[in-house]
Amino acid sequence: MLVVIFVLMRAIPGDPARLMLGERATPEQVEALREQMGLNKPLYMQFGAFVGGLLRGDLGTSIQSRQPVVAELMARYPATVELTIFAMLLASTLGILAGVVSAVWRNSVLDYGVMAGALVGVSMPIFWLGLVLMMVFSVQLHWFPAGGRLEARMIWDGATQFVVLESLVRGQWSTFASGLRHLVLPGVALATIPLSMIARITRSSMLEVLNLDYIRTARAKGLPGWRVNFKHALKNALLPVVTIIGLQVGLLLGGAVLTETIFSWPGIGRYIVLAIGARDYPVVQGGIALITLAMILVNLAVDVIYTLIDPRIRYQ
Amino acid sequence: MAVTDARTLKITGGSGPAAHPSGDPAEAPQPSGEPEAIRRGPGVLRRLLRHRAAVLGGTIVLVIVLAALLADVIAPYDPIEGRLVDMLQPPSRTHWMGTDEQGRDIFSRIIHGSRISLQVGLVAVGISLTTGTAIGAVSAYFGGWPDLVVMRIIDILLAFPSILLAIAITAILGPSLTNAMIAVGIVGMPVYARLVRASVLSIKEQDYVQAARAAGGGNLRILLRHVLPNALAPLIVQSTLSIGTAMLDAAGLSFLGLGARPPTPEWGAMLSGAQVYIQLAPWVVTFPGLAIMLAVLGFNLLGDGLRDVLDPRLRR
Repeated sequence: MLVVIFVLMRAIPGDPARLMLGERATPEQVEALREQMGLNKPLYMQFGAFVGGLLRGDLGTSIQSRQPVVAELMARYPATVELTIFAMLLASTLGILAGVVSAVWRNSVLDYGVMAGALVGVSMPIFWLGLVLMMVFSVQLHWFPAGGRLEARMIWDGATQFVVLESLVRGQWSTFASGLRHLVLPGVALATIPLSMIARITRSSMLEVLNLDYIRTARAKGLPGWRVNFKHALKNALLPVVTIIGLQVGLLLGGAVLTETIFSWPGIGRYIVLAIGARDYPVVQGGIALITLAMILVNLAVDVIYTLIDPRIRYQ
Repeated sequence: MAVTDARTLKITGGSGPAAHPSGDPAEAPQPSGEPEAIRRGPGVLRRLLRHRAAVLGGTIVLVIVLAALLADVIAPYDPIEGRLVDMLQPPSRTHWMGTDEQGRDIFSRIIHGSRISLQVGLVAVGISLTTGTAIGAVSAYFGGWPDLVVMRIIDILLAFPSILLAIAITAILGPSLTNAMIAVGIVGMPVYARLVRASVLSIKEQDYVQAARAAGGGNLRILLRHVLPNALAPLIVQSTLSIGTAMLDAAGLSFLGLGARPPTPEWGAMLSGAQVYIQLAPWVVTFPGLAIMLAVLGFNLLGDGLRDVLDPRLRR
């Protein structure tokens, strides 16, 4: 994965040293900077330096801001994490609920409605949905703000950039409410596609389980319907759903690039797009490495969750 | 992209003789020397016409194809040249979908845009299909360590958030519609490689392939004449589903300024410039997005229908 990121970024046309110094720099100055940045070394040595730096938590210096890339990314990463978690929670809860409802009342108007909605959801360009949400709920109805993380008059002085989480922990209710209001529109836009997919997978997984003998037994025992559906059936139907949720995290982090751009969300996705435009490849390289790392960790977490949901699964 | 991920899971999980749900290769359908999709020819069309969702999807696709073919006849105004006196006119009898900031008729631009979107979808999927099929088929047919190495690279590409990879590739190649098509094509390729590999692995062990080999058939001839035609059904389904996804991705790239450039009437690029007029002229935002959604929905419905008809084991 690191090799792919490294090769891709080296293939971007343009000399970063020339870009950093501007058009008026002399060839000697450019050469000196290339040497300082290690750009005149063979590619395998540059790659060694990149991996070595990565292990030490050093991703180089941003060409634009001249600040360490790690610091730049860490300042923006929490915004993306908060947005992704919010979207994931929204997509998982509503998606699972819609899928269960759809499966339990199979072939009803409700089922057709949910499935039609899910089909439209997966066909939706999220950048357009973002604009439409902004148009209706921000411009017309003034219910939610159109961009940013907090009201312009509010100054965030927290220890971290996890605005919503930290303000909740510290009991700063007005900041928390404002942060949450700013999360709604980008969160809904980002959650739409995963929500639709989770609903579809939950429905088909639930339909398989609902036909099994133990469900008939549970019903025959006289257990209430909701208990059978949500406790007995859903628990066994969840495994493929968890797999999909794990896969969706990659999708969400990719989708965050578009959503963050529309809603001026100061996260890592928008930062990477801006960095690509400016050929600031240490930032792009570091940003993609960070997103990849997050995806690997989430997939690891999904593997652990499997064992909790299905005790028959054991890892050696 | 979103659609591909989940659907790929379903398709790779069950389509092709290699991955029969029972896990017992003996139960997998035994392909004859004649291609499956071709053998079922007339029956497929009849069943497809009875599939309501597929008919709806097919109708949408047909409308888009007709709009693309007859754009010069249907579109009432020039898609590039506008009249500034007509700028930002709301929908009316003379301009069904209103006009944009340069006084261009949005309906005419959308009609001409269907040509571009269709071209993007077909070319990008063509790139994915040919490269992915070639890599997957050769890799599976010859096996050994090259197969292992190639498949690990494919896995890495699959693990990347696809829009991020597409953005990185367009950044390298430079922003243009052609490069966006290439980027979307490369991003979609791993799915085909995996799909074809799974089918070829199973088909190459069939008796008729052994017979062809014993009769002195060369590797290339066996692959092209006997193996690949039998792996067609899942490829047809995946290609139909991928066209919608490719359109969505390419529109996303154009929206970010990495694909089609103004004044090209590409749907994503039309939205990119429209953001500013969200309050003043919401129709500028509404119609191009609706066009993207309908087109993607059409291909998704048709793809779902084809999957149900060509591979009944995957029916929802």
